[in-house]
Amino acid sequence: MTVANAPDYESVIDSTTEEQEKVIQKVSIIVSKGSLEGVYPGLIMANGARMEGIEANVFFTFFGMDAIHKKRSDHLKVATVGNPGMHIPTWLGGFPGMSGIATGQMKKKIEELDIPPVPEFLELISDSGGKLFACKATVDMFGLTKDDFVAQVDDVITVGDFYAMAAGGHIIFT
Amino acid sequence: MTTATIAGKDLIVDDEGFLQQPDQWDRGVAEAMAADLEMTLTDRHWLVIDYMRNTYLETGQAPTIRSLGKQSGVPVKELYQLFPKGPAKLAAKLAGIPKPHGCI
Repeated sequence: MTVANAPDYESVIDSTTEEQEKVIQKVSIIVSKGSLEGVYPGLIMANGARMEGIEANVFFTFFGMDAIHKKRSDHLKVATVGNPGMHIPTWLGGFPGMSGIATGQMKKKIEELDIPPVPEFLELISDSGGKLFACKATVDMFGLTKDDFVAQVDDVITVGDFYAMAAGGHIIFT
Repeated sequence: MTTATIAGKDLIVDDEGFLQQPDQWDRGVAEAMAADLEMTLTDRHWLVIDYMRNTYLETGQAPTIRSLGKQSGVPVKELYQLFPKGPAKLAAKLAGIPKPHGCI
């Protein structure tokens, strides 16, 4: 069965866009989680992008914002409850001090791989030319201002601003 | 692996032009590679290239961007100005060592 007036997709694909897509030029990464294991992947991908000469923007939203919060940035914790990846029973993960132990172990491993602690990592990404942004809706919700963030944060922006900035690149949600 | 003629020498390189045998390298090779990339090497570039090469020869691994920024004598911001398309890999290429495979 043929559909009348169906778009001819072949002709819609712009060959120049296809050419550009072979090499990623820009990534915009959203960090939405505030646990240590929730924050690192986004930072590693942002730094990795800059190392390849790819433009990188990082947008921190909801609890992910703890990563750029002056007082919390260096105190992120591994989630030991409700995290099947820990391979321990949830009741055990809930014991006092468990999160501290898991965090300590992970930080040690991270340092061994020469991956910087979160505050230094933000500095590294910023010095590499990566841009760091806080989400305006979350800033308003938590009653924060730009002064609550580490110096490397470029601006507090809206979702609309984020999409405008991400245009022509790839968006990664973590 | 293929052979490329750089600065009048036949060198073994990978698909991306990284030297596979660091002892085939000399400064003229780096200069020729840089010229090919339309770069002019300054003393600051050489500081990074030498650090990169020495670290590789001593440890068998290319330094991370973090240690490059901390220990090469050239801070991260300047590294990206000197090697805009990615300092860790470009400096490794110019230093005549294999392509670094770390994520950091």
